[in-house]
Amino acid sequence: MVSKQVTVVNAQGFHMRPAGVFAGEMGKFPCDINIIFNGKSVNAKSLMNIIAACIKCGSEIEIVCDGEQEEEALAKAVEMVESGLGE
Amino acid sequence: MSHMLKGIGASRGAAVGTALVIKERPADVQEKRTDPIDPKTELAGFENAVQTFCAKTEKMAQKLDETGASGEILRGHILMLKDPFMLSQITEQIQNKISAVDAVTATCNMFAEIFAAADDELTRQRAADVQDIKTRLIHILNGEEETDLSDLPENTVLVVGELTPSMTAGMDSAHVCAIVTEKGGKTSHCAILARAMRIPAVLSAAGVTESIQTGDLVAVNGGTGEVQIAPDAQTVAAFEKLKAEFAEKEAVLQQFKGKPTVTADGKVKELFANIGSDRDVQEAMENDAEGIGLFRTEFLFMDRNALPTEEEQFSAYRAAVTGLKGKPLIIRTLDIGGDKEIPYLGLKKEENPFLGFRAVRYCLQNTDVFKTQLRAILRASAFGDIRIMLPLVTCVEEVENAKALLHAVQEELIAEKIEFNKEIPIGVMIETPAACLIADLLSRQVDFFSIGTNDLTQYIMAADRGNADVEYLYSVYQPAVLRGIQHIIACAKEAGIPAGMCGEAAADPYLIPLLVAFGLDEFSVSSNAVLEVREQISRWTVDAAHEIADKALALQTEQQVREYLKTVV
Repeated sequence: MVSKQVTVVNAQGFHMRPAGVFAGEMGKFPCDINIIFNGKSVNAKSLMNIIAACIKCGSEIEIVCDGEQEEEALAKAVEMVESGLGE
Repeated sequence: MSHMLKGIGASRGAAVGTALVIKERPADVQEKRTDPIDPKTELAGFENAVQTFCAKTEKMAQKLDETGASGEILRGHILMLKDPFMLSQITEQIQNKISAVDAVTATCNMFAEIFAAADDELTRQRAADVQDIKTRLIHILNGEEETDLSDLPENTVLVVGELTPSMTAGMDSAHVCAIVTEKGGKTSHCAILARAMRIPAVLSAAGVTESIQTGDLVAVNGGTGEVQIAPDAQTVAAFEKLKAEFAEKEAVLQQFKGKPTVTADGKVKELFANIGSDRDVQEAMENDAEGIGLFRTEFLFMDRNALPTEEEQFSAYRAAVTGLKGKPLIIRTLDIGGDKEIPYLGLKKEENPFLGFRAVRYCLQNTDVFKTQLRAILRASAFGDIRIMLPLVTCVEEVENAKALLHAVQEELIAEKIEFNKEIPIGVMIETPAACLIADLLSRQVDFFSIGTNDLTQYIMAADRGNADVEYLYSVYQPAVLRGIQHIIACAKEAGIPAGMCGEAAADPYLIPLLVAFGLDEFSVSSNAVLEVREQISRWTVDAAHEIADKALALQTEQQVREYLKTVV
């Protein structure tokens, strides 16, 4: 299992489009990927769960990957969040 | 058997075509299933429905992209439905012998509730998206006709309960020859849209989705509100003749293209167009408008998830004013509230939105939003003749406060060395009884007036313009409304500022002699009415107009005024 703390930088946070892009990318990895936010664990492959978590700009989140290709998955997730989710 | 239905004629012109009836059943009204549920069949049905949903939605999104709008929200619906968690929730329930329809309903409702309870407006808005997905999926599962208007046969008469904005977004308008609805009045968004697209429309025709069947031949007169179902050959011929006459009239109007707008005795008027987006400038120019008398900016704020940035607004305003090639552009500041809701602003639901927190009231409380818009407008003013107009003003303080904010923004721009027009004119829309009564006071504060007759009529008559039951009161021919208009223009004259009109009444041929008599300086009408209004204005001398106005204002009732004007115009 690997994990890393990141800050959400895009203005709208994880709203529909960036969350959709993010969940879509995460879905390509075989390992389990979760976002820990406000003490709750959210399935990073599920757009609906991400939206329900209301992750706004400036939020500190932890991304946890566990399983096959966990290193690659974590690197990709961190890169996406830090680059503002394509916004 | 042929028979006739009557509704409100909301967009002129005649057409004969084949009916397409859209019946929408509320998704929550489902019959209880009594047959045993076979998870295998249900699952297969569900998977098919998902595929159909995604294919259709992608097609709709592409259509939207082609028209210049964004299909982003629709593509979001595909992503939401394809969410692995969403799919597994539904699948699991089906495996527990719950029908696909019930499983979709339960899962979507669950997410809609979670989203609706969020403390974040963007998330709350997603609840409506989930409901939309639910409704459409259930329609597909039940094998019901889905409302897809993106690919229609030629000469389609669209028959629908109510034409929603989402339906019109994807509508194949080139193939719609007429629109008939059960709901809506002359000033509903559907009516305005139909007129803008020059599609004959009859609204508020009770029971049309029941009495007309898809495939029926239907003849529509959008002027009189007449709808003939299965007309005989004679009726068809009559409607075709009407259609031809309408086309002929259009040809006459083309002769007024490129001419100035003058009365029969040579008094020059300004004739502007109303637009809802910078993209409408072209149509206004094609129709020979002399400027834009009303640029409704709310459309920049609608159908999106967050406020438009200063840059986005600036580029829209600049595009509009450069497209006008030196002609004036009157930008109305944000006029939200009332019937124009913007979910992400998080405004409270109000008992009485038309008397509530809207337009300039909202802007003066939310100065960040207002200042961003003012900055964008000012920056664009470096590129052409831009004027600012404040909506829904009711007292002098509102104008003073707005001017103070405008001044503060100007100071900012000067400090940042950004160019703008330091003499930018600022005007008010006169659309409340309060503004009408203090028009003399307001006239000393501003550079121009523009009378918004749609709201002014509704507020003076205390009659909701969308309510068919009180539509008989909602009329500019009401003596109260006519007196109001006369008073407003007189106050503008007294102060030496121009008076314009940007409501629907400015294009009403029966009202034009009165407006000429009152001394209205500027008429702002929908683009496709420009030439007609120019032709109408050319018919009157100021003296002849005065004679009619004197007689009309001496009458007692709306009916008397209307009937009198019909005899002389």
